Amino acid sequence: MGGLIAYGAYVPHRRLRRAEIAAVLGGPAAPGTRAVAGHDEDSTSLGVEAGRTALRGLPQGHAPRRLFFASSAPAYTDKTNATAVHAALRLDRSAPAADMCGAIRSGLDAVTAAVDSPVPALAVLSDLRGGLPGGADERDGGDAAAALLFSGSGDEASTAPVIAELLGQGWATAEFLDRWRPQGDISSRIWEERFGEQAYVPLAEAAFAQALKKADLTPDAVDHLIVAGAHGRAVRAAAARTGVPREAWADDLTRAIGNPGTAQFGVVLCDVLDRAGAGETIAVLLLADGASSLVFRTTEALGERRSSPAVAEQIAGGDDSLPYATFLTWRGLLDREPPRRPDPEPPYAPPMYRSTDWKYAFVAGRCASCGTRHLPPADVCRACRHTGEMEPEPMADVPATIATFTVDHLAYSLSPPVISAVVDFDGGGRLRCELTDTDPGAVRIGDRVEMSFRRTQTARGVHNYFWKARPARRVPGQG
Amino acid sequence: MGSNGIRDRVAIVGMGCTAFGEHWGRSVANMLVESTNAAAQSAGIDLPDIDAFWLGTQGSGVSGLTLSRTLRIADKPVTRVENFCATGSEALRQACYAVASGAYDVAMAVGVEKLKDSGYSGLVGTAVPDDGTVGMNDMTAPAAFSLLAPAYAERYGVDQDQLKDVLARIAWKNHVNGARNERAQFRKEVPIERIKAAPPVAGMLGVFDCSGVSDGSAAAIVVRAEDAHRYTDKPIFVKALSFVAGAATGTSDPDYDFTTFPEVVASAQDAYRQAGVTDPRTQIAMAEVHDCFTPTELVLMEDLGFSERGQAWKDVQAGAFDLNGELPVNPDGGLKAFGHPIGASGLRMMFEAWLQLRGEAPAERRIDSLAEGRRLALTHNLGGAPGECVSFVSLVGAEPGA
Repeated sequence: MGGLIAYGAYVPHRRLRRAEIAAVLGGPAAPGTRAVAGHDEDSTSLGVEAGRTALRGLPQGHAPRRLFFASSAPAYTDKTNATAVHAALRLDRSAPAADMCGAIRSGLDAVTAAVDSPVPALAVLSDLRGGLPGGADERDGGDAAAALLFSGSGDEASTAPVIAELLGQGWATAEFLDRWRPQGDISSRIWEERFGEQAYVPLAEAAFAQALKKADLTPDAVDHLIVAGAHGRAVRAAAARTGVPREAWADDLTRAIGNPGTAQFGVVLCDVLDRAGAGETIAVLLLADGASSLVFRTTEALGERRSSPAVAEQIAGGDDSLPYATFLTWRGLLDREPPRRPDPEPPYAPPMYRSTDWKYAFVAGRCASCGTRHLPPADVCRACRHTGEMEPEPMADVPATIATFTVDHLAYSLSPPVISAVVDFDGGGRLRCELTDTDPGAVRIGDRVEMSFRRTQTARGVHNYFWKARPARRVPGQG
Repeated sequence: MGSNGIRDRVAIVGMGCTAFGEHWGRSVANMLVESTNAAAQSAGIDLPDIDAFWLGTQGSGVSGLTLSRTLRIADKPVTRVENFCATGSEALRQACYAVASGAYDVAMAVGVEKLKDSGYSGLVGTAVPDDGTVGMNDMTAPAAFSLLAPAYAERYGVDQDQLKDVLARIAWKNHVNGARNERAQFRKEVPIERIKAAPPVAGMLGVFDCSGVSDGSAAAIVVRAEDAHRYTDKPIFVKALSFVAGAATGTSDPDYDFTTFPEVVASAQDAYRQAGVTDPRTQIAMAEVHDCFTPTELVLMEDLGFSERGQAWKDVQAGAFDLNGELPVNPDGGLKAFGHPIGASGLRMMFEAWLQLRGEAPAERRIDSLAEGRRLALTHNLGGAPGECVSFVSLVGAEPGA
């Protein structure tokens, strides 16, 4: 039987201190921080970053052949978002890419679809959660993504070492009104909290018992219990009823990053996998429109295939200096006076169609004659003037150094000033691009940077995705 | 093969230039009428006597009709030219070559731009549909040119404060000159301290490190050199015209270090060869250069061969390029004091050469270098950004054979 063969999470760089909300709006200050997607990030870009982390270092020939993308905050409706993730991860054209968007529980459905796939399948869970200013969802929500690659089962399954086997699943589906959001609304509505708790707990018990039974385990054999869901009170009550000893309950990371909705159990699972030893049991229990449970057991291979950077490293590396007014601006909840500049132009469909590999996957060109790197690929080599199609040169994971930079107070941005840099890649090639996840005073010529997939802007309803450089975060030597 | 030039084969016999500024009350047509009629008047001819026209404008009109419709000129060739910020110079270059070829007897180059109708400060580009990855579109002009400053400081060991002083002095000098020019947009001197304290725009650049935004038009009439004296007692002779478009490798080649415009070096060397100039620092009487931003003028002093590499910042501080300096640069006030109506700027530069070489510049900004035996004026016009640009260099003189 197959199982998990790779995983990775992405926690955006910025944090909002919950006390910062209270400082502006009044009321009691809640402890901790929540993760905040940058002004240049959305659920698609977060998902790409998580997917890159999961797939980095994966042996050749084990690439996903199916992609499932789950989010309660899809960047587009009508248009599939998974195709942009598919393009950015350079998956094969024959691999289907499907959105499972809308409901918070979609993340688990994406994982189930990946588990059930006969071929290697990647589930990307990505979310931005929030609500109206001053609300609990704004305070307790979070933005993050997780990606889980399953081997598939059968003739066409991946032969990569399984790092966690799936031992059992349990389900308890029910229709009841606990949390909902009419199309287009920015804040969720919830029924009386005690109703949801009483509806959820028996369902959770049933799903958990079913999964444990399939796995042939008793609750005290669980080494790591992950209980997830948007109903905090029901989650706590359900955890208590599992019978799993309290010391095995995993930190749900809410205090540091908040609850990233669809991606919550995935990010916590990644964090557990970052630390778990071989042969340990991990039980996941999700409370969302019913309850679902998955039970895994780690293998000896996990130690060799941990993802980098780890969730804990990403949490520790966050910047919590984000002002609340900036957060509101990024979320579109504070309508700021635009600069006196022409509106930005959207990208055009046919040119994008022609440059998918460059734009989404950051694949440059290498001269077929002299080997010089070109970003972007060009028709004529600048070094030897060879004319013709260049060899594809994937650059997304190639580190670079800042050759020079400037802070642009005039450029159009949701978060001015724009920092523009000229970066030189290790092994050759130069690009003029934007710097992100940093501040003007922190940049120096010679700084090391790495590339990150971003939504550079949105114009006339078109999201423009491209790559920016950010201060190097990944551990040198890995990737 | 070779760039042979047309030294002394054509001459400019008439010029006109409007005041540059925020002409809320004047249209593109109004400005074209003024500049072309002033040029014709100074050559003693009527506009219908001109055989062919080149109209330079980046975005204030398309096709030759922009000019022919305005002037009601019938059945004459009018070519609309665009070549970034060097558009005006490019129109002049085409007119000169047309006359040199013998195809026409009398040609006019006219440049015009109306930037102030867009409602925005700064240049408004014309969008070409793209895939959203073209970095050029994401970077404003001041940001792109601001990349020169830290690179220059780093390479030549100039500290940031020193460099800020140097850049401020360039802005100060051009405003001093512009204060003595009735056509300039800005006609006040600006104290160094005020320049340095201006609000930031990009990198080290403050508001006073950037050229202004204005409307304007300028025109020149070109004839064969042997015919020149039929139109004026004081023609100026074209010694060299060079234009290069770069291969645009600086933004993709790590070997480019943002301390030079290789395109300017190439066009200057070509122009010097055409004109027989061997030592520009001592042979040239004045230069009008493309001071779109203060670091641009600094780097140009080296690229044009006026200063040794790494020495321009010292020459600037020593006043070498001041109005009464060894080699006055931008005696009319430059883009800094005139603003930069794209299509007009190159011809506005030539208009200053025209005035100075003919001894018609007003006394308060007349350069001394001509009296010292220097005979050539240089204009330099740049378009694009560091790493990928177009560059124009011309040399003109009041005497043939000089």
